[in-house]
Amino acid sequence: MSETSLRSAFFTVLKRDLTLAYRTRTEMFNPLLFFIIVISLFPLAVSPDPKVLQSLAPGVIWVAALLATLLSLDSMFRSDFDDGALEQMLLSVHPVSVIVLGKVLAHWMVTGIPLLVLSPLLAVLMHMPTDSIPALMITLALGGPILSLVGAIGVALTVGLRRGGVLLSLLILPLYIPVLIFAANAVSNAAAGLPIAGQLYFLGALLALALTLAPIATAAALRISLR
Amino acid sequence: MSLAQNLPDSSSDTPAKLEVKGLTCIRDDRVLFRGLDFSLEPGQALQIEGPNGSGKTTMLRTLCGLTLPSDGEILWNGEAIEDVRPEYMAAMDFIGHAHGIKKELTPLENLQVALAMADTNPNQSLEGVLEKVGLKGFEDVPAITLSAGQCRRVALGRLLLSKSILWILDEPFTALDVQGQAQIESMLVNHVENGGMVILTSHHPLALKDGMLKTINLRP
Amino acid sequence: MWLWFHKLGSPKYFYDLSGKFLPWFGWLTLILMLVGTYWGLVLAPADYQQGDSYRIIYVHVPAAWMSLFVYMVMATAGAVGLIWKMKMADVVASCSAPLGAAFTFLALITGSLWGKPMWGTYWVWDARLTSELILLFLYLGFMGLEAAIDDKRTAANACAVLALVGVVNIPIIHYSVEWWNTLHQGSTVARMDKPAMDTNMLIPLLLMWLGFMFYYGTTLFMRARNEVLHRERDTTWVKDMVTES
Repeated sequence: MSETSLRSAFFTVLKRDLTLAYRTRTEMFNPLLFFIIVISLFPLAVSPDPKVLQSLAPGVIWVAALLATLLSLDSMFRSDFDDGALEQMLLSVHPVSVIVLGKVLAHWMVTGIPLLVLSPLLAVLMHMPTDSIPALMITLALGGPILSLVGAIGVALTVGLRRGGVLLSLLILPLYIPVLIFAANAVSNAAAGLPIAGQLYFLGALLALALTLAPIATAAALRISLR
Repeated sequence: MSLAQNLPDSSSDTPAKLEVKGLTCIRDDRVLFRGLDFSLEPGQALQIEGPNGSGKTTMLRTLCGLTLPSDGEILWNGEAIEDVRPEYMAAMDFIGHAHGIKKELTPLENLQVALAMADTNPNQSLEGVLEKVGLKGFEDVPAITLSAGQCRRVALGRLLLSKSILWILDEPFTALDVQGQAQIESMLVNHVENGGMVILTSHHPLALKDGMLKTINLRP
Repeated sequence: MWLWFHKLGSPKYFYDLSGKFLPWFGWLTLILMLVGTYWGLVLAPADYQQGDSYRIIYVHVPAAWMSLFVYMVMATAGAVGLIWKMKMADVVASCSAPLGAAFTFLALITGSLWGKPMWGTYWVWDARLTSELILLFLYLGFMGLEAAIDDKRTAANACAVLALVGVVNIPIIHYSVEWWNTLHQGSTVARMDKPAMDTNMLIPLLLMWLGFMFYYGTTLFMRARNEVLHRERDTTWVKDMVTES
């Protein structure tokens, strides 16, 4: 097994998942719509006062991003589990973690990037100062992949269960807390004109950690789930 | 019989032997099978028979390393399959009850993915394979428009692509028409006669010479 | 050592050995807790700031320590079960989860009861309480996953992966919560840390902690023995034991 064939396996899986997402693209928009709707509930529920919204915005946007990711996670392995494609992936000569990484990357490209692209619009809806919008986008760029990576472990553990959905959120949300804390805080700091480098470094470190360990844990979890 | 020709020469020089010792599977306090011993060598097929729920599928999944046995061991060339995983995965192909064909992809794309997973260079074109399984003209339509039998043909096409010596097949004749069954059967017989190994669950008798076909009957 | 490790992996050996230890553990628990409670509640001096209300630490602090300790035991046992496929390790992990969750819950309850006289409210988003709350979620997730999977061995292995992921995450969660707390901490929140604790206060705390450890050991053995009998109910040694008695 050569390195090139491993790379080609990775890119084949990536391309495959992107093609699948494109062909079922209507489903792709649902988490995005959810993201927007949840955020637009806050002015209605709390107050349309720009000052209030501004102080809530970083947290609200990040919590909504977390929940939107959570909703989209199930699609990562569900259909492959149902039609037996996941079995074939586990029986591949390639390390399962590499295949998993390809799938996670595809998931992030399909759900994380749209959230990222949409976030300035929501920042405006929440009256966030313009200066903090780049910070919001950077945190989503660093934190989004972590959400997909860590989420993959949870989906892998619950994919064989008939009612895994609620359980998935119980398993995954506590693990999302560090990302939430650092990302939301970085955005608040940016809005207040404070430095955010420390938080971003921390998010970067978390991303590196998740990138190394999560695919291995996911692969192990998939093997267990498919028994 | 076009399928029977041009099969990949699976009987390459590498020795191959599958040994099963004391294989036991217990599910939810129910013993599906206990203390099963057998071995399989190139040029042999193993047919697993038994009524529904007797553990045929579990046994196949155990043999390909997906499910863990409750007890016993499975050896590939004398080594436990989990210790020689990459070699075993390269030598083995499994088509389960759910055959892993994506409905949203075309047959051609499905085969491309299978090829990337298997890490082999095909000695024939993907179109050629599809033609052999009787899907000429369906290369570029989404699999969702195909019938169940046609989807299964795509899955079986994977076998023609791979250079695996051991084929593990769960009810390969399901959903196929009479002609398709005959085609697949000749494909399996040919594989075995060329030094391949086949393990399958089916009630369909395989037309193999004596000594080439072993049978295991799982009784509940 | 290795041999002993292997022997311990056998359910029957574990059952016999734990049966011998169990009464000792039980009595030790009782004695340590009684002495610790008496010393802590009666003999130890009152705190010059908090008066008698600080005495809840004799339950709160050991419970909080145990909550982390049990998670570590769970994760270690899970890893052993995953790597060496040892049945007993699975049993230990599975039986530890509710105990750990109970310790965590106890730490949370006593922490918030303690908060009332100290902070004037039952709940403050204090770093330790928040970490403890998240730990409780981790325990509940573990138990939820275990309950959702029918096959015992699959459940044990899936939970082991989850516990290991949790172990990697606990320091990160702890650190991030601490960090978050220092940012948001209002001046009203008083901290309990004092550089040195009176020996007369410390000894009963350590006694209570030992008592909690033995309590964990006792209940773990009881639960594990029960679970072993259940899982091994078809084996000859269990059947023999039942017919003998």
